[in-house]
Amino acid sequence: MPESDSRGEAYEAEHVHAVYEQIAAHFSSTRYKPWPIVSSFLSTLPAGSIGLDVGCGNGKYLALNPSIYTLASDRSTNLAKIAASHQPHSAIVADNLALPHPLKTFDFAISIAVVHHLSTVERRREAVGEILAMLREGGRALVYVWALEQKGSRRGWDKGGEQDVMVPWVMKGPKQEKPAKRRGKGERTFQRYYHLYRKGELEEDVVAAGGTVVESGYEKDNWWAIATPREAEVSTA
Amino acid sequence: MKLLTLNFLTCARKACKSTTLAFPLRPKDAELEIVEADLEPLFIRNILPRVEWEALRTLCQDLGLPQLPPAAPEPAALFAPNPSDPSIPSDKLVRPGKEGEGEGEGEGEGEEGAPTQTLKDLHHVLLETTIREGKLVCGNCGHAYAVKEGIANFLLPSHLV
Ligand SMILES: [Zn+2]
Repeated sequence: MPESDSRGEAYEAEHVHAVYEQIAAHFSSTRYKPWPIVSSFLSTLPAGSIGLDVGCGNGKYLALNPSIYTLASDRSTNLAKIAASHQPHSAIVADNLALPHPLKTFDFAISIAVVHHLSTVERRREAVGEILAMLREGGRALVYVWALEQKGSRRGWDKGGEQDVMVPWVMKGPKQEKPAKRRGKGERTFQRYYHLYRKGELEEDVVAAGGTVVESGYEKDNWWAIATPREAEVSTA
Repeated sequence: MKLLTLNFLTCARKACKSTTLAFPLRPKDAELEIVEADLEPLFIRNILPRVEWEALRTLCQDLGLPQLPPAAPEPAALFAPNPSDPSIPSDKLVRPGKEGEGEGEGEGEGEEGAPTQTLKDLHHVLLETTIREGKLVCGNCGHAYAVKEGIANFLLPSHLV
């Protein structure tokens, strides 16, 4: 594992973005079950709410509430194309660190299993800050990341362990597509970079990014936080 | 990419995001495509207050679409009067149908009359009129973002980040 100063944009291009671009279709076919916290966050939004899904993947959360409008974005063109099929929503290709939206505009945002792919603490906080900057006053963002504390999972990570890890994605052997090229090769394995959050770390990142934690918790191998932009310090003079 | 999307987009560059020049991004060499979408009258009504009308007018002009009125339609212009209104002769009634069922959204929901042509036109402009190919240009820095197969790409070349 490289030291954190060799991580950053180029590192993520290789160990996150290139991987998702290649596994998009297969990844998408395995992603259909929404996390309960995400479902309840989205389903309680009032009709007519407008918001962002930053790092939307295949857009599986877009179908949850058709009376809101979500502008979804992903770094992967192949995933954004899949996400774009959900009406009445939209999907574009964008980087979490340079979101192409007007500031202080949106009622809500979700960032589900995204920020943990950024490879330095500065970049993770910048990502959260960028999302918060798009929210209107009182707007809320749900941020959801993988936890270090996953005693119950087959991966066996837990408190005190290494937080920066590579996680394999195994793509099963050839089906119908490109049979000549892939036949006999069996499975392909891709390695994705993850930063596993320890307890309390997500809340620290929210505060460092200029947010206030409204609510936070743990849900099956993940930490989550609902954050709102900190009100601008009003001069009392 | 539907035109509604452009209402929520600006230049991705930090220096541009806070300027008014960057919004809306201006389409260039745009190839339009009409993609039919189910009419959801309540969605249109709810989203309308969030649409920057002036910007939408500019876009329609840029794209050679029919000109929009100077001001956004009032909510009352979106639905024909309620059929229970005794001032309307019963043979002129149009059953409002049950669009938007499952919204579960408090009082008055489902009381609207039939969607007017104004509402249908808005639906057509915002949700069914899409940019399939072309560029979106920032009025502040001049950077052009590509739209390919209906997907706009806002990744910046590293020297612009
Ligand atoms: Zn610009």
